[in-house]
Amino acid sequence: MGKKFQKNHFPVTARLLPYLYLLTGMAGIYLWWLIYARLPAVSSWLTYTLLGMEPSSHAGEAVRFFLYDSPKVMMLLLLVVFGVGIIRSFFTPEKTRSILSGKVEFFGNIFAALLGVVTPFCSCSAVPLFIGFVTAGVPLGVTFSFLIAAPMVNEIALGLLYGLLGWKIAALYMGTGLSVAVIAGWVIGKLHMEKHIEDWVSEVNAAQDFTDEAELTIHDRVVYGWDAVKEIIGRVWIYVIIGIAAGAAIHGFVPEKLMASVMGRGSWWSVPLATVIGIPMYSNAAGIIPVVEALIGKGAALGTVLAFMMSVIALSMPEMVILRKVLKPRLIGVFVGVVGVGILMVGYLFNFIIQG
Amino acid sequence: MEIKVLGPGCKQCEKAEKAIREAVSEMNVDAMVEKVTDIAEIAKYGVFVTPAVLIDGEVKCVGTVPKKKEIKKWLES
Repeated sequence: MGKKFQKNHFPVTARLLPYLYLLTGMAGIYLWWLIYARLPAVSSWLTYTLLGMEPSSHAGEAVRFFLYDSPKVMMLLLLVVFGVGIIRSFFTPEKTRSILSGKVEFFGNIFAALLGVVTPFCSCSAVPLFIGFVTAGVPLGVTFSFLIAAPMVNEIALGLLYGLLGWKIAALYMGTGLSVAVIAGWVIGKLHMEKHIEDWVSEVNAAQDFTDEAELTIHDRVVYGWDAVKEIIGRVWIYVIIGIAAGAAIHGFVPEKLMASVMGRGSWWSVPLATVIGIPMYSNAAGIIPVVEALIGKGAALGTVLAFMMSVIALSMPEMVILRKVLKPRLIGVFVGVVGVGILMVGYLFNFIIQG
Repeated sequence: MEIKVLGPGCKQCEKAEKAIREAVSEMNVDAMVEKVTDIAEIAKYGVFVTPAVLIDGEVKCVGTVPKKKEIKKWLES
């Protein structure tokens, strides 16, 4: 992908620059596709011809799985993270806040959930953002829709799900994740719990804007997207590789359908159990998704696994400890309860719709 | 000069603090660098996205790790 970012050493007018980026972008995607399409053949060749492993052996199957999945997932992650990075360069938290302030409920919740996906902010900003939104007149429920959607539907989860389980499951995850955020936020709004925000929050004056609205050039946006790729891939690649290696081990050695009895569709209690187990676990999408893939491959039901994943990402113990600084216990309880019920519904829905 | 780096303490905030400290020592300016991690304290400055950098009470950047070139420009003026 390095091709995309080469500097031009010949003078071109600023007018031509966008077309130049478009052309190199298309060339980059074509090159990406050429490599991507050859991964199955190359991984088989490496395993069975170069390493001389037996095609039907467990070890051979595990090694081929690893050599195929790791580059595939990294390539898809690269594409999705770069794309989302470009989209994010059009948004700032200030812009999002001014769009959402004073929005009516329900439609406001939908906007908030969508903006949660594309607004760039670091995860530790969640609480300051909450204060900034609420004090600037963004309704409480709308704020919650934003804060639930942001971590749950993110580019890492989408890239990995696409890479490991296909676009249909990635799209389903995105759709249901957004729905949980919209509905949970809407319910919290309807419960009128404004008095369960810690009192000091309302005394804060956080309604200022600081970002100067300098228009970014295409070059700036490409740099922005590339920075996101470097930052995110640099941070998650090790988890992805370890996760795929663990998945490969299960893939080759654990018998098919082992998980079917524990996490299969037949057992009604598996969805709530998966949700509850997910709460104390704190992991990013990168660490959990390769394991998720291996579980599904071994007969675990999709809904149960999705519920587990959403619970790990959206309901985490450390986050609640931080939220406690601005929310009174009752509001935290309602937040966990409403989001938890949403996740349960997603789990049961998937197990019901997807037969076998 | 009084520089404040606001951030609860994730990777991004540490990077911002490190960049500031390096720029300060490279330019040899007389500045006090302080890290603010308390959320209530951060909110008091009107900042709602971290990391943020304040120089002598003026907000210089929010929500991004500033590049060293940028920091040096702030320090010059």
